[in-house]
Amino acid sequence: MLGGKPLQIATRALGTTTVFDVTGDIDLAHSPEVRKALLTEIKEKKTPKVVMNMSKVRYIDSSGVASLVEALKASRDAGTRFQLVGLSPAAREVLQLSRLLKIFETFDTEEAALAS
Amino acid sequence: MAGGRLLRVELPSDPSMLCVVRGAIERLTEAFGFSEPEVRSVTRAVDEALTNIMRHSYGGALNRRIEVSCLRVAKKSAANAEGFEIRLVDYGPKIDPEKLRGRRLDEIKPGGLGLHFIRQSMDIVEFKRDRGANVLRLVKFLPQEGRHGN
Repeated sequence: MLGGKPLQIATRALGTTTVFDVTGDIDLAHSPEVRKALLTEIKEKKTPKVVMNMSKVRYIDSSGVASLVEALKASRDAGTRFQLVGLSPAAREVLQLSRLLKIFETFDTEEAALAS
Repeated sequence: MAGGRLLRVELPSDPSMLCVVRGAIERLTEAFGFSEPEVRSVTRAVDEALTNIMRHSYGGALNRRIEVSCLRVAKKSAANAEGFEIRLVDYGPKIDPEKLRGRRLDEIKPGGLGLHFIRQSMDIVEFKRDRGANVLRLVKFLPQEGRHGN
């Protein structure tokens, strides 16, 4: 790797929910990792609820947004839930610009997502 | 900040370089006087344009050349209006202009959003083929009111 900071994806199991704590920028260099982690959890493990904590994601590009849309579609197909928590201003802007913000379940805090 | 050319760099078509360019564009546009949302907007446009070059023009190859130039430009139709211009040059195959339109946003599907972000962010988006190179010119003008840090 020449220039990028590595993306970190940590997972926590809380009952029937899996929380992904993602740290770093989700761009072309890293969106394949995010996509693979989410789709494995949703399609293969069939986890009833997946929460992606994005409070430490400063930047997300169109390839990252595409990964989130794929995860959402997979969760709908599986009859499970996929939620986003702690969107940064940049992440919120990107989802608004693409008119996709309203299709996701979004929460300011993890507690709110877990209680939903 | 001095006028004319502000930055010129060559980088390999490696996605791990994207965060390096984003950092440089953020600092430059801040110093140029753009607001925080404008800084994010221009940075996003450059990042998406580079991503398109890496994915589509170079087909994922990691070691092809990309040139990035940033310049201070004047707006022809308005006195004292300054703009921040970014020129991106790659040496991939000629791009089909039809593919530069982007997709409609009323479909919920992954992909095809990068061009949409570029067009929403920039005041001028021009593409041309010049001596075997694809040249993308992006310009964002400073708002005439509320300029700061310049």
